[in-house]
Amino acid sequence: MKVLMFGWEFPPHITGGLGTACFGLTKGLLNSGVDVTFVVPKAYGDESKDVRLVNASDVTIDVRNQVFKEYWEQLKYIEIDSILIPYVSDDEFYRITRSRIHHTEINDSVFSANYKFSGKYGQNLMEEVKRYALVAAQIAAEGDYDVIHAHDWLAYEAGIAAAKAIQKPLVVHIHATEFDRSGENVNQTVYDIERRGMEMANKVIAVSNLTRNVVINRYGVHPDKVVTIHNAVEPSDKSDYYGLERGVKEKTVTFLGRITFQKGPDYFIEAANKVLKKDKNVRFVMAGSGDMLNKMIKRVAALGIANRFHFTGFLQGAEVDQMFALSDVYVMPSVSEPFGISPLEAISSNVPVVISKQSGVSEILHYALKTDFWDIDALADSIYGLLHYEGLSKMFVALGKKEVEAMKWDYAAAKVLDVYFSIVNN
Amino acid sequence: MRSICFYFQVHQPYRLKRYRFFDIGKDHYYYDDYQNAYIARRVADKCYLPMNQLLLDLIQEYGQNFKVAFSVSGTALDQFLQYTPEVIDSFRRLAETGSVEFLSETYTHSLSALKSKHEFQRQVGKHQQKIMELFNVKPTTFRNTELIYSDQIGAMVADMGFNTMLTEGAKHILGWKSPNYLYTNAINPRLKMLLKNFQLSDDIAFRFSQQSWEGWPLTTEKFVGWINSIDSKEEVINLFMDYETFGEHQWESTGIFEFMRALPGQVLANSNFTFNTPSEVSATLQPVAPIHVPYPISWADEERDLTAWLGNELQDEAFSKLYELEHKVNAINDAGLIQDWEYLQTSDHFYYMCTKWFSDGDVHKYFNPYGSPYEAFINYMNVFSDFEIRVNDRYNNLGNIPQKTENQNDNLWDTAIVGDVTHEFSFAINSTSKAALKKTLSEVKPETIFHALKDVDQEVSTKILAVLPAKLKKQVVELIENAKPATDKQNLKAVNSILKTL
Repeated sequence: MKVLMFGWEFPPHITGGLGTACFGLTKGLLNSGVDVTFVVPKAYGDESKDVRLVNASDVTIDVRNQVFKEYWEQLKYIEIDSILIPYVSDDEFYRITRSRIHHTEINDSVFSANYKFSGKYGQNLMEEVKRYALVAAQIAAEGDYDVIHAHDWLAYEAGIAAAKAIQKPLVVHIHATEFDRSGENVNQTVYDIERRGMEMANKVIAVSNLTRNVVINRYGVHPDKVVTIHNAVEPSDKSDYYGLERGVKEKTVTFLGRITFQKGPDYFIEAANKVLKKDKNVRFVMAGSGDMLNKMIKRVAALGIANRFHFTGFLQGAEVDQMFALSDVYVMPSVSEPFGISPLEAISSNVPVVISKQSGVSEILHYALKTDFWDIDALADSIYGLLHYEGLSKMFVALGKKEVEAMKWDYAAAKVLDVYFSIVNN
Repeated sequence: MRSICFYFQVHQPYRLKRYRFFDIGKDHYYYDDYQNAYIARRVADKCYLPMNQLLLDLIQEYGQNFKVAFSVSGTALDQFLQYTPEVIDSFRRLAETGSVEFLSETYTHSLSALKSKHEFQRQVGKHQQKIMELFNVKPTTFRNTELIYSDQIGAMVADMGFNTMLTEGAKHILGWKSPNYLYTNAINPRLKMLLKNFQLSDDIAFRFSQQSWEGWPLTTEKFVGWINSIDSKEEVINLFMDYETFGEHQWESTGIFEFMRALPGQVLANSNFTFNTPSEVSATLQPVAPIHVPYPISWADEERDLTAWLGNELQDEAFSKLYELEHKVNAINDAGLIQDWEYLQTSDHFYYMCTKWFSDGDVHKYFNPYGSPYEAFINYMNVFSDFEIRVNDRYNNLGNIPQKTENQNDNLWDTAIVGDVTHEFSFAINSTSKAALKKTLSEVKPETIFHALKDVDQEVSTKILAVLPAKLKKQVVELIENAKPATDKQNLKAVNSILKTL
């Protein structure tokens, strides 16, 4: 079985859970003997060598080929939607807006072009999505693949183009939908791309039942076509950080993620305030950055809890592990979370978790306190409980860890493989 | 005699290094040595050293006819001693001429006058001592951080033995009056007030090199022409500005040094003005009137108020959290902790958290080492959190002593520092809107209001009475007329309960 996958990011260059999930799944598939080629718009060269990674920026396309004509025509009429910045960190945004991305001019007279993708979620995103599709067709034509598999909307156009070019079945994998990112104020262009991807696909994989329902109800996809395959977690040894010296004596409650509407940071702050009213000997940390950060800082100041509530900015790699090692409770109060891999990472680091019922991970994680994201009383109550009732937190860590260890990418990969077989045989 | 009174502000804060959450509890050194040393060196070379030499030359040339005043913050002095000791030497040479007055201010250029009388007095005392030690003169004139002033602050300064104070000649307090006279404090007339002529001061400090300004280029002839056109009855022109104007804000290439070199000669030859120090002006001129400043003013921005340092959520939170530690820091009385406590009070830290990014935003940005006020706040609060841990650890380890100290403090608070409570109360009332005041006070018992009104001045009690509902007002007035005066304890209790709800 030869699979051609299209993603947008790959560890270590990630902004969210998407890259991590793609990496885990790819490795799982490789373990079960599937030949996977993973394409990203931009490879940095320091990615894992276990996976065959194709850098779309290195692919040369010949636009005279008929296959590309359709995309080429589209490309020329792309309006760049400047408000379309799905998730971009502060620093990245700064870089995106300050530096022009080097690329060759769109010009019919240039028949062959290498396009340098930025691979970021930024200003020229739509243009990159379309260009990615052009390159995808070229890549597909160069290899002998059985299935095309595209992760999230940024790669759907690429998946469709590739599948069309070589007349092979397409699987789209939904890690998040536009409804998760934007609530009810969906970006129509993004929605359309998502919908088209699901329509063109032979099978749709959703990362949770929650997401599967959205796919069925909001995108009108037939239930038979949608399969839930929960994410897993990459086993990693965090014991290096276990004994990490703590600077603060107080117990620490952590929120880690993009500080955006979707992640519910505001509920975390209100709950923190409630806990602090009962117990001053707790510190709260909000790690990450995003469009709601400044508002959150203001709110913390207005509540008068800034000496117990800290901000770290965007954390990466080892800093994340370090942050988990310094935490006593991890909270994920997401308003809408298709899956949510970070609570699993927290548990791997011996940190008990509180998660919102509106997250996909709550479908498979039993040893976690679950609350509605909007119920700040329940959220505060859960945090307080895990901080003070050691029996509870110890049990959650011990049993939760077992549970997490059982969530192997190999198992998820086996289910994905079943999906491949179901469409290839047809 | 008509005078030009030059006062130059010399200040450098101890800028904080990037201090992350992960450092809290582990790293107890907060300052950006590299940046502080670099800036001290740069400004010394571009401004302090050449300008001090220039002033020394002028004093030697014109003798008694040319005088200036300086206010040098303690944090600036500490950094000169640390990084550029030759700047101290050059100020010493100026001090030795006898033609230079050194003013008194809070040691770390702090906003303590707005929060704690005790801390304010302590810092002023420390600064005075430092000036004595370095320059062998005892300051008698006071200037508060950023020229922040209100009637109450003035009264407090007068109580401390000062007879002259400097502040802004803000339009909204002067109205039709001219800043070019000597005034007095509204509460204590023994304190003489010198008001900044912001027009002429800013012509030099801000507009000197502004080519879009109609007065550009500013020559000494033009400037002397302007002062000659001032009504001959007006007696003093107070030119107050940052010393960094010379060479740092206005680069050498703008001709600012040449302007200053030529100005005294031009003034002395072509006008009836001489140059005098604030204490000379205060001693020779007759004050014309008291100046009423019920709400604090400053020399900053268009509004001349406190909003550059206090008022948004970030600033208020950082400021109040800092001063909550005051009694603990005092009880511990450790030199290292006190130094950090003082340096963290420097007004610049709060200035960096300012969110007014419009007309004055450019000035703010220029002085701001942070990318945004939010970053400034996070960094400050991280440092503060570490400081707070150290203070609490030490305080809790004081054993039996803290109990006692705390009690002592409480007693002190009950009796001796009642003035403080009144000050804080008045400040809170003055800074609360009438609508908000009405809402909170209408639910307070008449006795509590009556007790709280003890010791407050007319203005505050009028404001309070004005917002009360008719029935409540009647009850309070009855108490004022008939009940026996409140005790200090009752007063304290009442004030605290109202402050809590405000």
